[in-house]
Order: sequence, then structure tokens, then C-alpha cells
Amino acid sequence: MAQRGIREFYGKRMLAKYLPEYLGGSFGYEGEIALVDENTNWDTLAKENPWLKDKPLVAKPDQLFGKRGKHGLLLINKNLSEVRKWIDERMNKETKVGKITDSLTHFIIEPMVKHEEEYYLAIKSNVTGDTIYFSTKGGMDIEEVWDTVSEIDVPASTDIETIDVAAKLPAELDDKKRELVTKYIKGLYKYYADLHFAYLEINPFAMSGDNIFPLDMVARLDDTALYECVEKWGETDFPPPFGRAMTKEEAYIKSLDEKTGASLKLTLINPKGRVWTLVAGGGASVIYADTIADLGKAEEIAIYGEYSGNPNTELTYEYTKTVLDLMTRTKHPKGKVLLIGGGIANFTDIAKTFTGIIKALKEYKDKLIKNDVKIYVRRGGPNYKEGLDLMSELGKTLGVPIEVYGPETHMTKIVSLGLEEK
Amino acid sequence: MKDYMLFDKNTEAVIYGYQRNAIQRMLDFDYVSNREKPSVTAIVNPTALKGGLHKAFMGEKELLIPIYPTIGDVMKNHGKIETMVNFASFRSAFPTTMEALDYEQLRVITVIAEGMPERYAKEITAKAKKIGGKILIGPATVGGIVAGAFKIGNTGGMLDNIVESKLHRAGSVGFVSKSGGLSNEANNIIGRNTDGLYEGVAIGGDRYPFSTLTDHLFRYEANPAIKMIVALGEVGGEDEYKIVAALKEGKITKPLVMWNIGTCAGIFKTEVQFGHAGARADKASETATAKNEALREAGAIVPDSFETYDVVIKETYDKMVADGKHKPIPLTEAPAMPMDYAKALKDKVIRKPRNFVATISDDSGDELAYGGPYGSERSMTISDVFKNDIGIGGVISLLWFKKLLPTWATKFLEMAVMITADHGAAVSGAHNAIVTARAGKDLISCIVSGMLTIGPRFGGAVHGAAKYFSGASDAKKSPLEFVTEMKQAGINIPGIGHLIKSVQNPDQRVTLMKEYAKKNFPNTDILDFALKVEEVTTSKRNNLILNVDGCIGILFTDMMRSSGAFTAQEMQEVLDLEGLNSLFILGRTIGMMGHVFDQKRLKQPLYRHPLDDILYY
Repeated sequence: MAQRGIREFYGKRMLAKYLPEYLGGSFGYEGEIALVDENTNWDTLAKENPWLKDKPLVAKPDQLFGKRGKHGLLLINKNLSEVRKWIDERMNKETKVGKITDSLTHFIIEPMVKHEEEYYLAIKSNVTGDTIYFSTKGGMDIEEVWDTVSEIDVPASTDIETIDVAAKLPAELDDKKRELVTKYIKGLYKYYADLHFAYLEINPFAMSGDNIFPLDMVARLDDTALYECVEKWGETDFPPPFGRAMTKEEAYIKSLDEKTGASLKLTLINPKGRVWTLVAGGGASVIYADTIADLGKAEEIAIYGEYSGNPNTELTYEYTKTVLDLMTRTKHPKGKVLLIGGGIANFTDIAKTFTGIIKALKEYKDKLIKNDVKIYVRRGGPNYKEGLDLMSELGKTLGVPIEVYGPETHMTKIVSLGLEEK
Repeated sequence: MKDYMLFDKNTEAVIYGYQRNAIQRMLDFDYVSNREKPSVTAIVNPTALKGGLHKAFMGEKELLIPIYPTIGDVMKNHGKIETMVNFASFRSAFPTTMEALDYEQLRVITVIAEGMPERYAKEITAKAKKIGGKILIGPATVGGIVAGAFKIGNTGGMLDNIVESKLHRAGSVGFVSKSGGLSNEANNIIGRNTDGLYEGVAIGGDRYPFSTLTDHLFRYEANPAIKMIVALGEVGGEDEYKIVAALKEGKITKPLVMWNIGTCAGIFKTEVQFGHAGARADKASETATAKNEALREAGAIVPDSFETYDVVIKETYDKMVADGKHKPIPLTEAPAMPMDYAKALKDKVIRKPRNFVATISDDSGDELAYGGPYGSERSMTISDVFKNDIGIGGVISLLWFKKLLPTWATKFLEMAVMITADHGAAVSGAHNAIVTARAGKDLISCIVSGMLTIGPRFGGAVHGAAKYFSGASDAKKSPLEFVTEMKQAGINIPGIGHLIKSVQNPDQRVTLMKEYAKKNFPNTDILDFALKVEEVTTSKRNNLILNVDGCIGILFTDMMRSSGAFTAQEMQEVLDLEGLNSLFILGRTIGMMGHVFDQKRLKQPLYRHPLDDILYY
């Protein structure tokens, strides 16, 4: 769990619904925004959002990447049927954005807002608290005009009302606008803090009379706060970043992870890779990946994953089965390597977690033999002797070689053993 | 205690959260470290509103640790406690830690929970800074350890690992990492390649830990007992650059071996969230490779990869010793820890005769079993009880006789229970139950009061009838002979005679059972004999009929004999065990409960027997 991006659609809807509370009144933004995916029924959408038919529209993909105008993925000032045609042409099409290629699956439609100025506003979490960034030069490339950005630090546990925001804003703002922007920034900060945002960028936002409209928005939430914010976040989801659509197996492991106090992680990196890992521990799993890369086999890394926090036998069984299933789908001319690794656990029961792993290995016996898999084990911690003995016993009957090591062997030794060209 | 120290051999802790295993592991560590007093002085269990005591071991001795519902209660009673290990969940870790900060005596606070919102972690850090003099560890960590002095919670794993890694006595190396899992691996590496750890801390894998790697490095630098420092950083965040700066400014002078994990992050095409929430590079300087290079350049000893982390540690330590800068601290032997009974039993090191034997049921298998141990031939699982629809008669048969009798027999048992279930309010059992209920007593007292009247005069005829009729029948006596002998012996024949019913006005209960037995029992020898006896007795007086008690007792015996399921010895055993009375007791309890409910529903007042019904003489 960590900071995770949310769709602009949910971000803006949340803003329209809750920001007035923090501003002490409406701010003119009504949250007119519609989300389109492949299942959208356009008639229903138009009925639920009557403004779609009356107003000139803007459309763009909503998949956690920015600079959509630059990438030719921004449609401006069109009517509903033109927008629909534009989206239909792009829906589920592989599209290259920068260096990353993925399918476009989600779009948002909004009314076009006539405005004079475009401002930049962002709030970012940092070690000591948060920093608010503001510039009157909003637009696509804020990095290019970074020297126009005012920075306002809000240390942790500080009431924003005690900070003289107005004085820190750029000089070019006139008094009226300065007052309006100050009020907006303070309200937005309280909203950001209360709803446990970790990052909120509105670039640009438009001023139109007394009203403020977020034109483009990027937001990350601290998903550990779900227990407090479940109501306010509503149906907000955490889509995978563009180019990282989750596979069925990754989604399955994620669903297991969410149901338990233990931790289970799986990211598929190269399904045809030769080196597969079943590593315990958030830190150890990274070291194993590092070491494989250090030995020049980065392109052979098939997955990044880890299990930790003393998962029960059933969970390690399900986890292992998922990995073995992926691993035994395509053969590799040199055969495959499975590293069952980990440091010396503090409280994870090695015998128990290994029992689940062994059950899955037995089930995949034939497929492991067919794929010419070699297994290397290194682990320590509570009941490790029993766990290692179970693995050694399995080695006598599994039909593929298993080498077993304990704490006396350096943690990553099995990586070089496994990758040695024999 | 000096500011740079976390704990010493006298540090006392309060554990927030009732973590039995972690507490025992701390005390086990205390024992092998030769601590004089246990490190756990008190426990906070917010659900134990009245407090209590926790029983734990220190070596082979047992001790009691007080449990309190709040941190405040602990502070009031234990002024020497100076650290809290907070095992509260991610939901309550924030408020409990904020509260703990308010107590001046709590100098070091460790938060174990993973998943504390980042904003709250920062608020805790800010509050601690404002107060000053506090050392916070966490969140999302296993904690830390000062070798031979104090161990936080589950740090260091099991005892064998602690001793193997030389953690039961102080060495000379300071260690700090983000990862809790890796800290124990590091204990092992340091234990194998140096004279051992002095102190190790895992600050936790979150993005905004309360204390940073640098905070702890500065403590190690200040602590004269620490001769070299080993650290493990990772991709994400910029804390490691503070170390670079400290090295350059000469604020860290002791040999520092450090490696940053996550060098592989750059090779992945898209962003991968590693197991630690904070392990994500937002800019080039946050990558592990950049950090490793910056540290190396600043003078830290950085291996080429984790593969040689151990080698570099050994070289650095050996050089320090060779240069005469450090004299290795000798290893002392840890006192042997008595083995836990459960483990010894599991490992088959010991055996112990059981004090209890049970052969009629088993709840230790996958499923409850009746009739014998789970999985045995004579037992039946509770799901099979229902699948085979064996009824309450089948259950009685399994639990009383450890065998499933044929259906005609179990149906007879059910019939007996149903027929004896009640006999109106006037009989002694029901009467006593009613009087007790009307005295306002609870259900069980009422039932017991009624049940205690069951015996030779009330319900006892079942047993007597079975005994005398089967005896006479087996001895091949004629009915007349039997009646005459009983008369001469001065014994009323049990099971014969009824107050109201007679030959002309038969007892339907008896008729029903006789008909059932004639139709379903393979053999009714004793009933046949009893009916001939009844002919003799009713010729004398027409109410000397076979009554319901007699009929049950006799048919029970016929049932046992004709089922073929009992040996002669077993049958005798059933009689000796009052097996026959048990049917009556079981059945009649149903009725007595009904009477008790009835009286209570009717709100009947205390019963007082009318004076005119008592003869005072």
C-alpha cells in the first residue's frame, strides 16, 4: 500500500462534491464530467448528463498520464456526436504515449470553459509536511516556467489559516484575484489534507469571474487512509498506470493481498523470462531482483513478487500455484530456474509457508519436469530447519533438482548458483 | 542513560496490544541475555477493561505481568517504564502513539503497524520533534534490538537465531536499515563476520518513517561502544543523501559499510511498486544506483552488489582489528533455555501419560465424531449422523454403547424416551421441579431438584423389572414359581401393578410398546415370560398388570439380547451402570423442563403446603 493515482474523473467529482464544504460555499464548479469506457451506453450517458447536448465539449483519455494535448489526445470544442466518433475511433486501440504503448480504455468528456487566465496549482506531500506550488503561468509545461512558481510550505500538523498565503503569492496578482486565489488555496489544502491526498495538481485552472474551474487535474491518494475516507472517496478506484494494465494473475494476487493482513505482491515483467522467484520479504525480494540484474540477466527476470507478514499455508499455496502456472506456459531452451529465497524471518513460520509452497510444487510436478525447471532454496527463521527438511525431502520425489540452503549460506548465493551456465 | 542510547540492560517496557508470542520472545531474549529483571513490565490491552495478569516465562520461572486497559493506567503505576512497543492496528496506531508522546517517561516509542496513513506519520514526527528528546521507530517495522540488553517485540526471530547471531551479548557493530525482514538477515551476516551486533534498528519501509537512517547513524557515531556501522538503504526518498553530506562534513567518522537495494528498478520498462511503500524513485537521485555511487564517492564502503556485502563487512572489521583500533569482544555462552513443553512434545523429545481417557466421542479430529475416536471404525462423524438420519436413538446408541444398533432398536430407544417424557404434574419429579420453580430458582436447580427424586421408588422399577424377570426367565422358572418365590422373599415384583389401570382398562403406553416389540423385535422371550407372570398376578387382583416401567426394562433386555450386538458381559455392564434408569432420566428431563417453563410463564407464586394437609402430632 502506498500513494496511488486516481482517475481525473473521480478526482474532479470528489472536488465538486466536497470542496464547497471547505470553501464555505460554492465555487462555481459543478462537476460536469462524464466517464466513458467500452461498456458505456451513450443514450443513458446523455440522459444522465443533459449538458452533453447543450454545450461545446472537450474530451481526452483518463488513464493517469498527462500532457494529452501534446500527444494529440485532446479534442476541443466539439458536439456530442463528434466527441462520440472521436472516442469510438480510439477506444481499445493500442496507442503510443511517449515511450509506452497500451490500450486506451477510459475517456472523459467535459463542457468547454471560456476563460481568460490559466493558473497552476499543486500540492505535494514531502517529509516535513506539504508544499503548495502556485503560478499564474498555467499551461502544459510548467517545468519550463518553474521560476514563476511560488512555493508555500505547510509543515505537518500546521493549521493553514496560520500561514500568510496571500503574501507568498506572485506579485502580478491584483488584490481581488489574490483574495480569491488565497481563499481557494486554503480551502483546497484543507480538502487535500482531510481526504488524505498525497499529490494534487490542477494545471491549469481557469478563473472566470468569481469562479474557478479545474481544467486538468492529476491526483494521488494515500490508500492506507481508506479506512477513514471510504465514504468520501466513494467509488474511486486505483487503476494501474498506463502501460501496466494488470494481468489476470496479478489481479488475482492483488485480491488475495487485500483480504489478508499478510502481504502478497506479484508483477509480471517478462512472461518468457527464465528466472522466476518466490521470495519472502519486501526488502529481500528487491535484493534478489538486484542480484539477478547485477549478474547480467536482467532480461531474464520474469516477475517481481514477494510474500511476507506470516501468510498462512493456503495463501502461500495459492500464490505459488499462480507463479508456477505462469512459469510453465512456455518452454525455454535452457530450462528455467525457480529461486525460493528469503532472508532470516523474524516471525514468519518457515515450515508453514513452505508447506503451502510444497503442495503447489507437487501439483505442478509434471509441468515442472517438462519445462526442465531447477529449484534453489535459501531461507531462515522460525522453524526453518523443519521447512528446509521438507524441501529436501521433496527433492527426492519431485523429479526436478532442488538445492536447499540455510542461514549459513549468503542470501543471494542461490542466484549465482541458479544462473551458472553448466 | 545517554541520549545516543536506545536501551540498556535495565530498560523496562510497556507493550501496547496483547501480543503473547512477542512478549514471550522478549522475555526469552532477556533470559539468554542474563538480564536481572524482565524487560516487559506492563501490558495495555484496551479490551480488558478490568485489567488482569498475564502469565509468562522467564527461563524456567513463571512470572505475572499486569495488564491495564489504558496507557495512562500503566504510567500511574510504573514510573520506571521508559519505552512503549506499540502493536496497535493501523487504525489505532495513530491516536495511541500521539497519546504516548504526552508521557514524559516514554523516551522511545516503536510503532509496528503497517498501513498508517502518511499524513498521520508526519504528524507524529512533528509532535515528537516539538517535544524533543524522543526517539521514535516505525511505522511498519519489526523494531530493533540492543544486543544483550533489550529486544523490541519480534525482532531477531526465534531464540536459536538470536544465539546463533550472537545477539545475547553486545558486540561492536551498529546497524540500521529500512527493512525489518532484512535486519534479521543483517544480524546473521554481522554475527558471522564480526564480533557481533551492538545495536540494530529497522526504521520501517514506509515513505515517511518517524526516524531516518541518518538519525540512527548519528547516534551510532556518538556511541563509543560502537566501532563500525553497517547500513542498508533503498531506492526512493533522499535520506541517504543526508548521510552523504554527513560523511563529507566529517560528521560520520566511523567505518560505514552501506548498500542501497533496488538497483534493478531502472531496468523495468514501467514503474514497479516494490514491497515497501517508500521504495519508489521519483527522480534520478532517488535511484539506488545513484545513492550507491554518491555514498562511495563520499567515503562510505560500498560493495559492488549485495553479493559481496558480507565480504566487505568482514574486510572492514578485520582491518579495524588488524590496525589495532578494536579488540574483538569475546563471545560468552548463552544460558541454556528450557524447552517449551509443546515443542518438546512435538519433537518427540518427551512423553507424558494422559490423565484422562475418553472412548465415546472425539472433538480433536477434522470433525466431531460420536461413538469413538475420529476416523475409527466404530465412530461416526456428525455429518454422517445426519446423512444416515440415525435419529436421537442412534446418537444414544453411539454415545452410551459405542455401537450403532439396528434401526428397530434405536427406534425403540426413542419410543422409550418419548413415552417416559412426562407423566403429569403430580409425580414426585415434576412436583419437586414445580415447587422449586415457584420458589424462583433457576432452570438447572429446578431440574436437579426433580431429578433427585428418581430412584428405587420413582422410576426405579425399570431396572428392577429387567433384573428379576430376566433372572427368572434365564433360570427357566415357571411364572407361578417366580411369583411364589418373590412373595416368600417379601419383594413386590418390580414392574407389576398400577394404581388406576387394570386388565379392563389397559395402559396405552404399555400396549404401544408391546405391539411394537412383537412386530419388530427378532425375539421377545422375556416379554413373553413377563406376560405369563402377568396372567398369574392379574388372576389375584386385576390391577397387578405389567406397568410401563416394567415393560421398558423387560423390552430393553430383549432388545439387547436379540440385537446380537452385546456380549453377556456387556449386557451385565449396562445393567450395573444403571443403563436402564438412564432412559427414564433422559425422557423425564424433557417433561420436567416443560413444567418449569410452564410455571414460570404462569408467574406462579411461592408454593406453601396447606396447613390442614399436615398432621402435627
